[in-house]
Amino acid sequence: MSIKTIYGIFDDEEILLKSVREIRSNNINIKEVYTPFPVHGLDKELGLKETRMAITAFIYGCIGITFAGLMIFNIMIIDWPMNIGGKPNFTFYHNVPSFVPVMFECTVLFAAHLMSITYLIRCGLFPGAKSENPDPRTTDDKFLIELEIDGSTKKVKDLLSKTGASEINEK
Amino acid sequence: MQKEAEIRDPLIIGKKSYHDITLDISKPVEGKANKYWWILFSISFVMFIWGVLSMAYTIGTGVGTWGLNKTINWAWDITNFVWWIGIGHAGTLISAVLLLFRQKWRMSINRSAEAMTIFGVAQAGLFPIIHMGRPWLAYWVFPIPNQFGSLWVNFNSPLLWDVFAISTYFSVSVVFWYIGLIPDFAMLRDRFNEKTAPMKKKLYSFLSFGWSGKAKHWQRFEEVSLVLAGLATPLVFSVHSIVSMDFATSVIPGWHTTIFPPYFVLGALFSGFAMVETLLIIMRKVVNMEAYITIKHIEYMNIIILLTGSLVGTAYITELFMAWYSGVEYEQYAFLNRATGPYWWSYAIMMGCNVLTPQLYWINSIRKSFIATFILSIFVNIGMWFERFVIIVTSLHRDFLPSSWTMFSPSIIDIGIYLGTIGFFFVLFLLYARTFPVIAQAELKTIVKSSGSEYKNKKS
Repeated sequence: MSIKTIYGIFDDEEILLKSVREIRSNNINIKEVYTPFPVHGLDKELGLKETRMAITAFIYGCIGITFAGLMIFNIMIIDWPMNIGGKPNFTFYHNVPSFVPVMFECTVLFAAHLMSITYLIRCGLFPGAKSENPDPRTTDDKFLIELEIDGSTKKVKDLLSKTGASEINEK
Repeated sequence: MQKEAEIRDPLIIGKKSYHDITLDISKPVEGKANKYWWILFSISFVMFIWGVLSMAYTIGTGVGTWGLNKTINWAWDITNFVWWIGIGHAGTLISAVLLLFRQKWRMSINRSAEAMTIFGVAQAGLFPIIHMGRPWLAYWVFPIPNQFGSLWVNFNSPLLWDVFAISTYFSVSVVFWYIGLIPDFAMLRDRFNEKTAPMKKKLYSFLSFGWSGKAKHWQRFEEVSLVLAGLATPLVFSVHSIVSMDFATSVIPGWHTTIFPPYFVLGALFSGFAMVETLLIIMRKVVNMEAYITIKHIEYMNIIILLTGSLVGTAYITELFMAWYSGVEYEQYAFLNRATGPYWWSYAIMMGCNVLTPQLYWINSIRKSFIATFILSIFVNIGMWFERFVIIVTSLHRDFLPSSWTMFSPSIIDIGIYLGTIGFFFVLFLLYARTFPVIAQAELKTIVKSSGSEYKNKKS
């Protein structure tokens, strides 16, 4: 039997959430949901795992502060210690208060940029990438549930229309 | 579903469905520019060209073309630099700090405030680069291994902290702005037809990075926005603290004060909000955003201006008190000379525009008036420019040697560069207003049901 893709289109996010709950309680697998804005609670209804973006930011921040510390240590203490205004740079710990601003900025710089790059890579977003939303209205005001059904689609379509889909398309 | 008290004023006026928001926000991008846009753009562009010519002349001839002299060796360049950086602060405060505090009113103004930040910081960045004299060697400020022996930058210097602070601030602001723009560019992309507007379709397809609005992507989007806000919040406070250390770590009476970091940060937020108001009051008319940028938004910003303005006033008085209390006669003279010396008029403008006029916001009718707010915001913009002028020029013009005491007068090139950056700023902002979604529509759609006037009326 051929696999059919069904799109259930909704006008309202609360109806969408109810429908997602209903579909999942019937043990039907939802392939994807496309929404024009972040719908609160949708990730829980879909059973998505929590994202780990914040953890990556913490790791990148640690890399940033380590990088800045090592860079300053190497430049100011090892490579060319200078005596500026009677305040010599012979030890790191004596001078560390004046290194704090750059170490802080590097922490933020690394965490923000590398997390954003990770986010773009994980979502497959890059300049020139092709969009995958099946209906252009999903970036405007429509909410779309994408289902892949092997076999009879009638039951799923009935379920969609019962739970309030304004439009059901099949591909 | 978000809940909101019914007595709160609505943040979106009129009967707006999700589709109406899409239409309203894509309209300036899809339509043609009106007459006012072209008039404003032409004026800004002429100013910009004047600025470019002045900068070219400065770089070709040297900074001797400015009004600087041996005593006052830092004047309009650093004044303008600090002024522009300060203006940049409101954008990040609105988008980051207000996001952490879950303030819904930020949603219709954060996009434009961030645009203002980025364009403002770009203007600020021009000044140190021009002042270098040889701007093509600007990359020397970064710690890059080089062929001049072990010639490194000095990590003890506040000027180098500035390099790191401002470049981090600028790039993180751009990233934060762009992450939020991606879904809105996708909305524009899906509105353009391949056949009728192929160029626009291609452009917005490219800019939207292939965004589709999948559930997992939205989940990541929200977390990334939150973490970026958390990272940008200390940035807001660090950048202007570090800028103030350019002065505070020096030994000049009038600059060497420990109050500078908080005082500069408050001043920056104060001037930044004033500039946001100046821009948004014009923008809501020019691109028809009256339903989204309401008097409630303006009132909230006025309250912040009243608060920060009063705090800035407190800082001025604290400075005077500390000068007297220190018992150091040079310190006392520096502040007495500011208020009563030959530059008394700039001190009076600063006090009048920053401390006195914002107090008018205690009056309800002024706080809730677009016209009064617009006029007062211009006052604040002028006052904050004079604050930096007072700090910089009056502290320098009385040298350690009385024989070197002098006055400063700007050259035509100084004026040209300053007005040029204002022109450049408005050129960028006007182009932005015609090509970008000026309101974060995806985020705004999430609050229609809790803060839209139609839904509120239905409930009550």
